[in-house]
Amino acid sequence: MMEIFDIYLLEAMVNGILLGGLLALLALGLNLIFGVIDVTWICYAELVMIGMYGMYYLVQYFGLPYYAAAPITILLVAALGALLHLLVIAPLLSAPPINQLLATGGVLFVLQSVATVAFGIDFRNLGIRLPVLQFAEMHFSYSRLLAFAAALIGMVLVYLFMTRTYVGTAIRAISQDRQIMALMGVDTRRIYLITSALGGALAGLASCLLVLQYDIHPFVGLSFGPITFLICVLGGLGNFVGGFVAAFVFAEIISLGGLFSDLEWGYVLAFAFFIVMMFIRPAGLLARRS
Amino acid sequence: MTIRQLAPWVAGAGLIALPFVYREPYHLHLLILILIWSFAYTSWSMMGRFGLVSLGHGGFMGVGAYVTALLWNHLGISPWLGIPVAMIAAAVLAVIVAYPCFRFRITGHYFVLVTLALSGIVLQVITATRDYTGGSLGYTPDRTKGSQFLALQFDDKITWYLIALGVWAVGLAIWGWVDRGMDRYALEAISEDEDAAAAAGVNVTWEKLKITVISALMTSLAGALYCQYQMFISPDTVSGISVSLQMVFAVIVGGLYVSLGPTVGAIITILLAEILRIGFGTKAVGWDNLVYGVLLVVFIIFLPKGILGSILESLKPRPKKAKA
Repeated sequence: MMEIFDIYLLEAMVNGILLGGLLALLALGLNLIFGVIDVTWICYAELVMIGMYGMYYLVQYFGLPYYAAAPITILLVAALGALLHLLVIAPLLSAPPINQLLATGGVLFVLQSVATVAFGIDFRNLGIRLPVLQFAEMHFSYSRLLAFAAALIGMVLVYLFMTRTYVGTAIRAISQDRQIMALMGVDTRRIYLITSALGGALAGLASCLLVLQYDIHPFVGLSFGPITFLICVLGGLGNFVGGFVAAFVFAEIISLGGLFSDLEWGYVLAFAFFIVMMFIRPAGLLARRS
Repeated sequence: MTIRQLAPWVAGAGLIALPFVYREPYHLHLLILILIWSFAYTSWSMMGRFGLVSLGHGGFMGVGAYVTALLWNHLGISPWLGIPVAMIAAAVLAVIVAYPCFRFRITGHYFVLVTLALSGIVLQVITATRDYTGGSLGYTPDRTKGSQFLALQFDDKITWYLIALGVWAVGLAIWGWVDRGMDRYALEAISEDEDAAAAAGVNVTWEKLKITVISALMTSLAGALYCQYQMFISPDTVSGISVSLQMVFAVIVGGLYVSLGPTVGAIITILLAEILRIGFGTKAVGWDNLVYGVLLVVFIIFLPKGILGSILESLKPRPKKAKA
């Protein structure tokens, strides 16, 4: 029995869980925006990429400590999210949903090329190397542990915000019925703007955490963007709990698949799993059959 | 014959005669690229115009290009056989992904994201099987081992121009055939309201599947042609999300609902990229996509019918439907 349960397998599984926390955070932001505004931000991962550059410049050029740069970055990306809503989504709110999705696809191009033009295509990194934690012959990097913990805290905060505050309640109400809430005296435009900023802030938080583990380049968004969308669809678009569960399932598949072969095959497995799941549970993992 | 009926034939004859009169290689090269991409964009618009927005077409294109090149390099199978095999492979892939989507009523956002997964898979498989496909470094079909004709490799641009022109014309013909057929009404009904269409006796799954397979077949052919012409393919140029988005962008800019819309889109995007490249040189890296992206957003907000679509709309004198 012990051979099957070897230490590398365990290490990969734990790393999968740690990766899952980060993916869950990314999926949460996207789900929030989808659930409330009924729009898919195809450019979501590119917001994260911009945030990563923000971290890089704040830390490297302005010499800010990591923990001072992180809140600034979060605010910056939140502002970017609000701006995206005002400039692109708001004029298209009454257009067919596909148009909104494609417009954010255009924003994806814009953000990628702005980064290329402004920052060049070199790979950069923060230059912060966190120590590696050794535990019973297994190795875990502190950056992953930190990311996991921060992602969990971020998600709990969002949960409290959504359930304990007036604005959060209004957001949840709007996600249930868009038309009625306007009649109930809720300013939907304001709620949409707050939600977009909140989605942006979550992207900003993710970028602060990702920057510890990955090199920054203009196309870094493509390496985790698609996977985030798949997680949201697998969990059921707009379904927060589903997205959370799906993130961990996906992360485990990627991590374990990568253990037996290349990391790309982990992704291939995850994608294939996704398509099979679309056969079995087309409306998401936790969908209620109506 | 009215001028209207005559015009396509005159234009066709002019296009065929063009390379024999004017043979500046760089301009011919641009024309060939425009024709190949126009064909790819036309095949995307076959689905897109009925509300089936797919971001998986980068995947079909990648299958077309890589299967053809791999069969030639590793097994020595001529592209004349390899291209049909690649097209069938793309069609099978399309059915595998699209059938459950249509059967289980996956539409709108969900459909877009599922097809996005498809182009993601193709991209990752190409990258992961780098021992065979060269991974992200790209791949080159071996230079001809004998007859150029059998290898579908031609050095002179005129041959390629005529091939691309022919394929492009066939693409337009298929577009027109769908446009005139009963399927168009069925698909338009489906894109308005699936339940109502089904109640009216339309076989929703079958109709959608049919147009998807046609579109996938055409897209993979475009990929294979691109590969044979350029003699170099890389995962980023023929598959993945960027290629899929590029198709969407060109079609939206040109016009989604008119037959020549995708062609106009291809002309605009390729000329734009070339002008930026010449104007800015190496500094242009990134600028062309920046302009693309801004234009895409602006077009979707202000001109959702596209350039050609809007022009035809404004020319339309009476409520009578304008034929493109």
